[in-house]
Amino acid sequence: MSLGPYASFIVISYALVTVVVLILIIWIAIDYRRQRARLRELEASGVTRRSGRSAAEIR
Amino acid sequence: MPAATAAIIRDAMTLIDLANPTRFLTLTARILPWLAAATAILLLIGLYQSAMAPDDYQQGATVKIMFIHVPNAWLSMFVWGVMSLAALGTLVWRHPLADVAAKAAAPIGAAFTFLALVTGSLWGRPMWGTYWEWDARLTSVLILFLMYLGLIALWRAVEDPSRAARAAAILTLVGAINLPIIKFSVDWWNTLHQPASVMRMGGPSLDRAFLIPLLVMAIAFSLLFLTLHLAAMRNEILRRRVRSLQLMQASQRSA
Repeated sequence: MSLGPYASFIVISYALVTVVVLILIIWIAIDYRRQRARLRELEASGVTRRSGRSAAEIR
Repeated sequence: MPAATAAIIRDAMTLIDLANPTRFLTLTARILPWLAAATAILLLIGLYQSAMAPDDYQQGATVKIMFIHVPNAWLSMFVWGVMSLAALGTLVWRHPLADVAAKAAAPIGAAFTFLALVTGSLWGRPMWGTYWEWDARLTSVLILFLMYLGLIALWRAVEDPSRAARAAAILTLVGAINLPIIKFSVDWWNTLHQPASVMRMGGPSLDRAFLIPLLVMAIAFSLLFLTLHLAAMRNEILRRRVRSLQLMQASQRSA
């Protein structure tokens, strides 16, 4: 597969899309872990939800 | 009670169940792995088809940028459309998940818009001879990107999510005026950007060799948005749960 005289433009475009999508995925995954950790800390400190269910329980 | 009426009531109850954040979390936990797998598979197929697509007789291999530029451009507008529906949900129906949906979608929409602008620019340099031109299409998409950033800043600036929700919803609906301007800018004004070649009267003007990989990539990116959006909504629900528990903790300490 030859990408012709403008190969660098094509490669940079695909690389940039890959990087931005990966950043989005990693950011959302880290955010999820952080919120779960905060909920566990709050539960450990004795705070409970009005429903009485576990704070860290997500279902 | 007739069976049809019972079915309608049952469907309505299912929708009401989904309006409950806890039920939403249960559903998300169940479907996210499947959605992520489907997205990955479709992206791989789309990328393979894009790599194997023939060169364009005028653009050569540069046409491959279309397979990532166009899905991102479509999604940049689609995400704002989703946020506009969510804004209606906030203002009219006061749906508990509406503001969560809008807030979670904004950074993802901003990322897609950024990618549409940059890949368009990288496609424009070899084809048009310039990275940027202040024509109606490019400028209206840049305005869309700035509006995304403005909305994100608004949500971050106001600490109480319920107070930010109303202002953000109004701003989102005002911003939706830009969507038809972006779509029809290539028809209303003389632009360097080409007119529509897929969603147009009389059907797509693209050859099947380009149209099929493009549609596969468009579906793959739409699934990617759905997956990321559900995951980000889950995060936002948990963030609001953390906030309310911290407020309870603070009030218990001060009591």
